[in-house]
Order: sequence, then C-alpha cells, then structure tokens
Amino acid sequence: MLVYLFDNTLDGLLTAVFDSFFLHQQPEYLLTDGDQMPLFADEVHRVNTNSEKAERVWKGLEKHLSRDGLRMITISWLSEERTLNQPLFNFICKVFRLPALSGIERNASDPDVLAVRNTCRRVLHEQLRMKQFIRFQKAKDGTYLAVVSPDHNVLPLITSHFQDRFNDQPWLIYDAHRHYGYYYDGTAAPIHITFEDEGAAPFDLTNGDLDADVLSKDDALFQQLWRTYFKAICIKERLNPKKQLSDMPRRYWKYMTEKKASPDDELHGEGEVG
Amino acid sequence: MLTEKTMEKLRILAESAKYDVSCSSSGTVRSGKKGMVGSTVGGVGICHSFADDGRCISLLKVMLTNYCKYDCAYCINRRTNDIPRATLSVSELEEITMEFYRRNYIEGLFLSSGVVRNPDYTMERLTAIVRDLRTVHRFNGYIHLKTIPGASQELLAEAGRYADRMSINIEIPKEESLKALAPEKDHKSIFLPMAQIQQGVLENKEDRRRIRHTPRFVPAGQSTQMIVGATQETDRDILQMSSAMYQQPTMRRVYYSGYVSVNTYDPRLPVLKQPPLVRENRLYQADWLMRFYHFKVDEIVDDTHAQLDLDVDPKLGWALRHPEFFPVDVNKAPYEHILRVPGIGVKSAVLIVNSRRFNRVTSHHLKMMGVVMKKAKYFITCGELTSTFSQPVVGINELRPERLRPLLLSKSQQQQAAREQQLMLDFGEDK
Ligand code: SF4
Repeated sequence: MLVYLFDNTLDGLLTAVFDSFFLHQQPEYLLTDGDQMPLFADEVHRVNTNSEKAERVWKGLEKHLSRDGLRMITISWLSEERTLNQPLFNFICKVFRLPALSGIERNASDPDVLAVRNTCRRVLHEQLRMKQFIRFQKAKDGTYLAVVSPDHNVLPLITSHFQDRFNDQPWLIYDAHRHYGYYYDGTAAPIHITFEDEGAAPFDLTNGDLDADVLSKDDALFQQLWRTYFKAICIKERLNPKKQLSDMPRRYWKYMTEKKASPDDELHGEGEVG
Repeated sequence: MLTEKTMEKLRILAESAKYDVSCSSSGTVRSGKKGMVGSTVGGVGICHSFADDGRCISLLKVMLTNYCKYDCAYCINRRTNDIPRATLSVSELEEITMEFYRRNYIEGLFLSSGVVRNPDYTMERLTAIVRDLRTVHRFNGYIHLKTIPGASQELLAEAGRYADRMSINIEIPKEESLKALAPEKDHKSIFLPMAQIQQGVLENKEDRRRIRHTPRFVPAGQSTQMIVGATQETDRDILQMSSAMYQQPTMRRVYYSGYVSVNTYDPRLPVLKQPPLVRENRLYQADWLMRFYHFKVDEIVDDTHAQLDLDVDPKLGWALRHPEFFPVDVNKAPYEHILRVPGIGVKSAVLIVNSRRFNRVTSHHLKMMGVVMKKAKYFITCGELTSTFSQPVVGINELRPERLRPLLLSKSQQQQAAREQQLMLDFGEDK
C-alpha cells in the first residue's frame, strides 16, 4: 500500500499530483503529518513541495477544466478541512487521466467530485454568511472595524465585496481565529495585515468591541438603535427560534451587535440581582 | 441629531411596518460607484439578520409616519386604532439609514407610510427622501418604496428614478371583500399604479436601448402582498391572482401574509388564535411551483381542490393525483419531468441531468445528491434491478395513491405537525 505524505499546502498537493504522474504511481493515500497512518503502509513517499511543479500541474488544469472547475479547487481549499485532501487529489488526478471527459467537475455521481463540490459549497455558504453577519463599529479616526472567526478561511473571498460596497470608508476585517485581517484605507486595494502583538490591538477579540477610548462618539447610540429595531421588527405571534437558529447559527452571534451580550442587557441583569 | 426620542420613534414605526412581509433586496445587480456608498448584489439579495420570528432582515423596514387617515380593517395603523403614533423627520430617517448601512446592518431601506392629508402629499414626502438619499447622501444601496394608493403618475415617475423596487399591496384578492374592509380602496387604486410603474419600466428599457446612459427605472421590478385568512377567499382565488400577477413582466414577487389578528374588535374580521402559518407555507410552496417548477396554477388548485391540502405539500399533492405520470426514469426523462418528482428539488434535478451524461445515475447517487429518497422512491426508476435498498419495486402505481398517501404521512406527520408550527421555508427570499 502506497502512501504519499505532503505538507498540507495547495502547492504541496499539486506537487503530489505531479509526482504521481512522473513516477507512474497511484498512491492509495494522500496524508499529511498528524494524520493517522494506515496499518499496512508498506511504502511512503514524502512529497517535496515545489512551486514550479505545482505551477505546471495548475497550467495543465487550466487546459482541462472550466473556470468553475478551477474555482472549485481554490475555493474548496479555503475550507482548511483535512478530509478534503484525498478527494481533491483524486479529482485532480482524474482530470488528467480522463482528459476527454470534459465537464467532469459537474459529475456529481463521482464521489470525489461530489466531495470537492460539497466542500466548495460550504465555503461559499460561509463567505455569504460573512457578508450577512459582519458588523462594523466605527472608530474615532473613521475606520470601521469588524472581527470574525469563521470556520473556513473565507476572508480572501469577501474583501472585494466590501471594497466595492464601502469604497469611501476605511475598514479592517479581522479573523480572530486565524490571526490576520484585511485593511482597506479607502483608496488602494485591501492589504493583508497581522499584529505583532495581537493583545495590544485596540479591540476585544472575543466580541469585536472597539476599546472605549477609540470608539467614535455616536457608535454606542447606533448600536442601541439597531438593537431596538431588531426587537421591534419581530412579530411575537410568529416566534420561530428554530428557523432563526438555522439561518443564523449561534456561533456567529458573539460578534453580532443585535445578538451578543449588550450593555442594555447588563443593566437589566444588575437590576434583577439587586 | 439623534436622541432618545428617535429611539422611541424608530421602535413605534418599525412595529407599525412589520406586517408587510416583503423584505428582500433581490432583483438587481449594481456594483459600487466612485463617490457613492453602496452596491446591490442581485440574486436573492443579502439577509443581514434573522429576527426572533425567523424572518429575514435585509432592509430597514420602517414607516415615515404611522398616522393614517384611512381605516383599512386589517391594518394595525388604521385611524380608529388607539396606538402610539410617531413621525420620523426626514433627516432622522436619512441618518439612520446611512449609519445602519455603513455598519453592514442592512442592504438598504424599505420605506412606507400611512396616508396623511392626501395621497400625493404623502407620496411627495416619500419621494423627497429617496431623492435625498441618492443625490445628497450618495447612497447606492437598495431602496424599496411602497407606493401610496391614489398618488399621481408624475410622482410615481419621479420616485421610480430613485427606487430599486416599488410595491403596492393587493392585500385582498377579490374587490368586493377589499371594499368591505378598506372602504377607501378599490382595485383601480391598486392596479392603476401597478400598470403605470410597469409602463415606466418598459419605456425605460426602450430608452436605454437607444441612449445607453439613461438612468434605470425601478430596476428590481415590483412586488405585492396578499393577506391570507382575513377574508373568505380560497387558495384558488389567491393563487389565480398570483398567477395573473406573474404574467406581468415587471412583477417579481408575490408575498403571502398569514393574518395576525391585530384588530380583534372588528366584527368583519375573524378572531384567530394564531396566524394561519401552515396555509401560508403551502401558498409559498405553490408559488414556488409556479415560478421554478413549471407548474400552471390550474394544476395546483382547481374547482374540486380550491384549497391546498394542509397535510401534504402541493407538489406531492399533485403527484398523488396523477399516478399516470409516474414512474419517472431519472436517467432518461427530461429535466421538467424530473422536477415533478416529490423529493427532488431544483438543485438535485440539475445535478442529475448533468451527471447522467457520465454514467448511469443510481439511487445511491441520488441520495448523495440530496434527493429525499423516502419520498422520491415511490415515483422513480433508475434502472436498477437488484439493489437492496434502492429500487422502488413498489411504486405509486402498484400501491395506488390512496395507500401511498398515508405511508408518506405516517412517517413524517408527527414531525411535520411539529415542524409546521416552526416553518422553515424562507419566504423572504427570491430565487
Ligand atoms: S392606508 Fe395603509 S397604513 Fe393606512 S390603514 Fe390602510 S393599510 Fe393601514
């Protein structure tokens, strides 16, 4: 039984495809460090990630796949799910092995294609959720800040939307889980940023609140207006928490103005205790 | 200059606006523009939040004022009601809209108003706000404007230059019932402005063909709403009206609003413990069948079935009435036939048609593609002779509809009864 080991990068995976064709091998397993080794792994090949080889494989893919097919690969990769590695590897190999079958990326009856497709769908679903649920707070200097912690690495997929929509306002969207963000200064393309000392950043990573001394004057008022509106728009005769949860899963609530613990609630809580 | 008072006004005017169920920001793609803020994404739009009643919050849905000189029996804001009244100032409304938008709370504004003084006066004020938003605040996001019945064509023509979508609610499908409940309204006051907006859109299309930079007129088209359960109208009456509406090229969406007993003292209205949510859900399903599943209204409701079956969804209902249509061979049948199989939705139908070019689609594949096999298995063949869990040896024609129906019910009915209380269908969304 042949096992390929790679470094869990997309270039690494593409290099693995290169090796398998170059060496005329068909590994049963594509694994990465930390994965459970199969019991009968009698041959292990360590893939040395090589960007030139990866590039050549990608060029080949561009020849055989539609734009949608290529997007399926890059987007599903952002899922950061290890369970994607094997089906994605198999899928890419199939593209080269069956070049005559155009449109293979649409064949949902192929389990590898289906797995990649579904992963891609989940990533796209979450990038939509970011477009829905991101909440900005405005800082004194006019920058709008939002903190998120998505399951998948979706920030690269949403910056163009926010740049297009809020092209005249500087913003920072920060992924607390992956410790990086994109900053847009109101003119140039958004840039990838990290903090040397994340703890010193002027906002709370657990709820997205800007520190009081940098929060703009009216922001608290608008947050409260929004919470007021959110409560008022609900029709009590139709309460449906189940639907609310399925469309807006609880894991996103902690950064959402209308759902996270708010100063209004605190006042309330204290009243009850006292 | 917003204050605590603004907060209270916003609360009152959101409460007054919330029975209009439309909220979607769909139907038009417009990317950002230099010097303006905002964009619209098209498709189904974006829902920014979901209220505790599960409804999508996409637009800031608010009334400019809830004072109204009309007395529509079904409406919380009718003049005889003793409720808190408020009016937002133009600048308050504009500031809230812009600030909410910049924080990504909303896709835009859904503005309506009670009728003050006269329809033109009211419509003029609404028009002034949307004009301001576009020209002063440079707002490029979504605007849905409610039309005031009886407003002049000139005002509609101006408002339509700034709004993405305009709507006027039919509320009650039959004119005599409408007049009985809303003495100031009749069909003409509703259908005339609809026709005028439509004319505006069509003329604008012509103009744009000739002069490329003509600004667009109501690019996201119109929508309307009907109240369900406040009057005697059957589902057939309602759906025939919807079907007629969808014949109009600019009508994008018909919404159904299960009547919430807001004015229990009025003897013309039924007193309902709960809004008719199951019925409302069935109407939305029927609406989807007409828009995405190639069903005609007469196939869904007819003389003998004037009301939708509350126990089974209208697609299954149709299938049970038409055993001769089945089984459908998923490997051969045209897309439109596959769409008719209970348990197969638009997405899986597309996957099936795309995949079967490569190899025979089996029941295992169907399952993986998201087909609800529990339902679908009685209505399909996929050419497997011996598979253990798949082949419908016993289909609808062997069982007969009368015996199949309870089978499909018994498994799911209790769950369904529970689920119907908690509807999962999102009626705020287009497709
Ligand atoms: S005109 Fe509109 S706001 Fe006024 S009572 Fe009738 S439905 Fe309500």
